[in-house]
Amino acid sequence: MTINELQDEIIEQFSQFDDWMDKYALLIDMGNSLEPLENEYKTPQNLIEGCQSRVWLDAQMKDGKIYFRGDSDAVLVKGIVYLLIHVLSGHTPDEILNADLYCIDKIGLREHLSPTRSNGLLSMLKQMKMYALAFKSKQE
Amino acid sequence: MNKEEIEHIRADFPILSEKVYNKDLIYFDNAATTQKPRCVVEKIEYAYFHLNANIHRGVHYLSLKATEAHEAARLTAAEFLHAEKKEEIIFTRGTTESINLVAFSFGEAFCHPGDEVIVSAMEHHSNIVPWQMLCERKGMKLRVIPVNENGELDMVAYSSLLNEKTRIVSVAHVSNVLGTINPVKEIIRIAHEKNIPVLIDGAQAVPHLSVDVRELDADFYVFSGHKIYGPTGIGILYGKEKWLNAIPPYQGGGEMISTVTFEKTTYNELPFKFEAGTPDYVGSTALAEALRYINNIGLDNIAAYENELLHYAEQQLMEIENMHIIGTAKNKCSVLSFLVDGIHPYDIGMLLDKLGIAVRTGHHCAQPIMDMFGIPGTVRASFAFYNTKEEIVRFTEALKKVVNMLK
Ligand SMILES: Cc1ncc(COP(=O)(O)O)c(C=O)c1O
Repeated sequence: MTINELQDEIIEQFSQFDDWMDKYALLIDMGNSLEPLENEYKTPQNLIEGCQSRVWLDAQMKDGKIYFRGDSDAVLVKGIVYLLIHVLSGHTPDEILNADLYCIDKIGLREHLSPTRSNGLLSMLKQMKMYALAFKSKQE
Repeated sequence: MNKEEIEHIRADFPILSEKVYNKDLIYFDNAATTQKPRCVVEKIEYAYFHLNANIHRGVHYLSLKATEAHEAARLTAAEFLHAEKKEEIIFTRGTTESINLVAFSFGEAFCHPGDEVIVSAMEHHSNIVPWQMLCERKGMKLRVIPVNENGELDMVAYSSLLNEKTRIVSVAHVSNVLGTINPVKEIIRIAHEKNIPVLIDGAQAVPHLSVDVRELDADFYVFSGHKIYGPTGIGILYGKEKWLNAIPPYQGGGEMISTVTFEKTTYNELPFKFEAGTPDYVGSTALAEALRYINNIGLDNIAAYENELLHYAEQQLMEIENMHIIGTAKNKCSVLSFLVDGIHPYDIGMLLDKLGIAVRTGHHCAQPIMDMFGIPGTVRASFAFYNTKEEIVRFTEALKKVVNMLK
């Protein structure tokens, strides 16, 4: 699926719920279903320090596509990590660089990515794009 | 205070009837900042509409009025802290600026390489960093009073830290994370035996306890207006006259001078020496209104009621499994920090928010004490006299629901 198809799928999933608590329950489920990142990958280089919670991000390039894995110590944050990875992982550097992540806005989770929340997620998204840029320039 | 009185008080705070996400707001983040009673906001409007002119400078009617209001506010603040003279009250932007002022000016006058400053392990960053900057500037050393597992200062260790190199001690009256009320009178007495002055960070104390700087014999005492139901951007530095006279100005500019020539400037007398530039006379006027409001209710009434709230909340929270209250000092203010095993504070805070409950999560600008407890942060509920037991019940129910979702 393309990045946008994946995003639309997620929007669809969240749109079943009106109540905030139900949306967050879904996000918690997503966080809990995130494939755990082994401790050896929770390195200082992979750590994105937020004021409130910590986020780890690892990226590997295989056959021209980038595969992300990540983790966080807060489960709601982990849920968003899941969303970002689910949408962006397995795509080419160009696709990731050009991606417009509208789904976070659409499902009402924008506040988690706002710079004032300082939970490391905005930095994570920037880091994902940085990886894409780095892998792209290595390719060329 | 009974239910009716509390209802009466709540009516003075319009924000308490706000809805967030269509739910009644429960505001339990009072240690971060307090809400403002109508009279304080009205005072700000009044000041701008009826006595706005630059102070101390004009010969005209309005300027006189504004000057009088600012100086009357100084007197109110002096009386509030039981200072001997109103000249011992300096208006600043808040606790942070007050501490920076002392760290700079006291440092310039009295500190030399090899000297030491003592703070405690439970300080807010704003009572750590200014002293670290002083230490860096002067080649000095920062010494730290340790805290036990209940969140109380180790007074034996404190005594042994004091020595002939110690220039000043700076500790919080009340911890913003643990709620501990520190034995500041004793801290001051012990330091004074060695002629060492003490600064007390009263940011979390003045809204909850009545403070008498003369009884404490504090050399400096500081607090922020916004944490005591007053406006943001105004705060107080109390300093004993002998210290304020002995230390140089912090900032230069208008108001703080007596005469200026390019060869030499002489400084104005206290308190103006420390108030460079046009001061926040609107803020000071409104802060005085807040202090009067508090005095009318009575700090003893406030303390008794808030204690009731704290104990009630502690009881309620203990019904939740795997609950840990961080900060179990014998002497506590209405600050309740806690953790639930296996659940990150951020998750609890985010979900409580969606249920209309405002609490703070994280390290509360006091990272060293978090490191000492070996925790990333806490959830903190902090109560004011406009909070109610009903709110605590709703909070506990919400917390149970949230913990269930997260575990
Ligand atoms: C104990 C303590 N000291 C200092 C401060 C800093 O106050 P302000 O930010 O108003 O200068 C705070 C505020 O959180 C505090 O709780």
